[in-house]
Amino acid sequence: MFCQICSKNKATVHYTELSDNKVVEIHVCEKCALEKGVSVKPNFLLADLLAGLAGLEKVTTPKEDRKCGNCGLSYSDFKTIGRLGCAECYRTFKNELNPLLKKIHGSLNHAGKIPAAGDKEVSKAKILRKLRSELRELVEKEDFEEAARVRDEIKALET
Amino acid sequence: MKMEDLLKENGEWLKGTGASADIVVSSRVRLARNLADVVFPHRATSEQRKEVIATVLDAVAKSELQKNALVMNLGEMTSLDKHFLLERHLVSMEFIESGKEGSVIISDGEVISIMVNEEDHLRIQAMQSGLQLMDAWRLVDRVDTDLAKRMKFAYSRELGYLTACPTNAGTGMRASLMIHLPCLVISKQISKVLRAITKLGLVARGLYGEGTDPSGDFFQISNQITLGSAEEDIIDNIERVGKQVVAHEKSARNFLFTKGRKRLEDKIFRAYGILRNARIVSSAETLDLLSSLRLGIDLGLVKDVARDVVSELLMVTQPAHLQEMEGAELSPQERDVKRGDLIREKLRGR
Repeated sequence: MFCQICSKNKATVHYTELSDNKVVEIHVCEKCALEKGVSVKPNFLLADLLAGLAGLEKVTTPKEDRKCGNCGLSYSDFKTIGRLGCAECYRTFKNELNPLLKKIHGSLNHAGKIPAAGDKEVSKAKILRKLRSELRELVEKEDFEEAARVRDEIKALET
Repeated sequence: MKMEDLLKENGEWLKGTGASADIVVSSRVRLARNLADVVFPHRATSEQRKEVIATVLDAVAKSELQKNALVMNLGEMTSLDKHFLLERHLVSMEFIESGKEGSVIISDGEVISIMVNEEDHLRIQAMQSGLQLMDAWRLVDRVDTDLAKRMKFAYSRELGYLTACPTNAGTGMRASLMIHLPCLVISKQISKVLRAITKLGLVARGLYGEGTDPSGDFFQISNQITLGSAEEDIIDNIERVGKQVVAHEKSARNFLFTKGRKRLEDKIFRAYGILRNARIVSSAETLDLLSSLRLGIDLGLVKDVARDVVSELLMVTQPAHLQEMEGAELSPQERDVKRGDLIREKLRGR
């Protein structure tokens, strides 16, 4: 198979890209991949690809360039470097990031490992406290769909 | 363990054991983890990065991992040392090129390794020989659980483990197989197979590629998606796909062995002949020839060389390895000569 860009070299980099909401397979040679900004180093950096993807995402670009209160990273910084600054960024840029995460992974619900908590009862109480305050906030914001989800979660934890 | 000790013996994962070891070279699982209260490495100050290293090293010192482990700081390593570890798949290019505070911890036998302050605070990796992804996951899972007793990782209930790059969020896990597919390459079916793998949401790429051409017929299959599925399900998927690819390669081997036996034998024994006699061998040529020799061993045509000798040669003929062995820097020309000598010695050639 030859490179889809230069049609000269063998295609050695294979990945999928999202364009117009369709998954498109890309098969290119390393040279064209590099020019395209796709890293082909042994530890292939998806971040480089992602920076491009986030850049394309016009709909989710916030009007003002907000900064993360914890680390100072702005969303436009993220679009340039493809990396977030801290764990808090996931909350700060939730509105922009969640659609992006959904596109990348097709899901927004972690289904894997849960870190073991030091003391189960203590941590359960902590989670419940946090959930209840979240629920209050959501009701205030009239985000009833999300509130219903949190309410169910509280119920599940209490039983 | 010291750096020099790595040279003396191959990593466990190169032993050529495990399921489907004739086609699957190795299985690797790595987890990305970050400390909850520290900004990610690329935003961190020098002080913060040092603190992260101290926290991780302290936790490691109290874990079972510590036994006979090798711990090194990037700052104390020469460029050659760094590339040596890169060639052994123990560190990444991004890590050794960062120029900032970072550490690497390598367990006895090179089964587990941890990079501190790569893209994420921790990159924990487990390597196994052959098709043993689930085992590699269990190993890395245990280390992760152990370390989590002594530090708090960035984690959210919805999004799982939080990573510097959103492509790793969720499980933070990248699982990959290194597969040797010479007969799918010869029979020109490889692009079809790679395309099929891509369709299944996995990433397939040539390994060891020099420039635009992948050499040596070695490929890597790994997951792209890290959020929304459990680790075991992701691994199960890769193992399933891996087994199918193995079956395709096997049938290509059978086909070529019955229909084009002389040609196949010629390719293999020519390679063997060159390896046992050549005086100047480039790294690209070495990969091609060793790939053919490995196929010859797997098909039972070459009986006087063990598979792990080929695996060892694939490792030690790389530039930084040659230079570490020599204890000095070598020019590319000098390396090609040294490479030829080493191969002849290992294969008891002339």
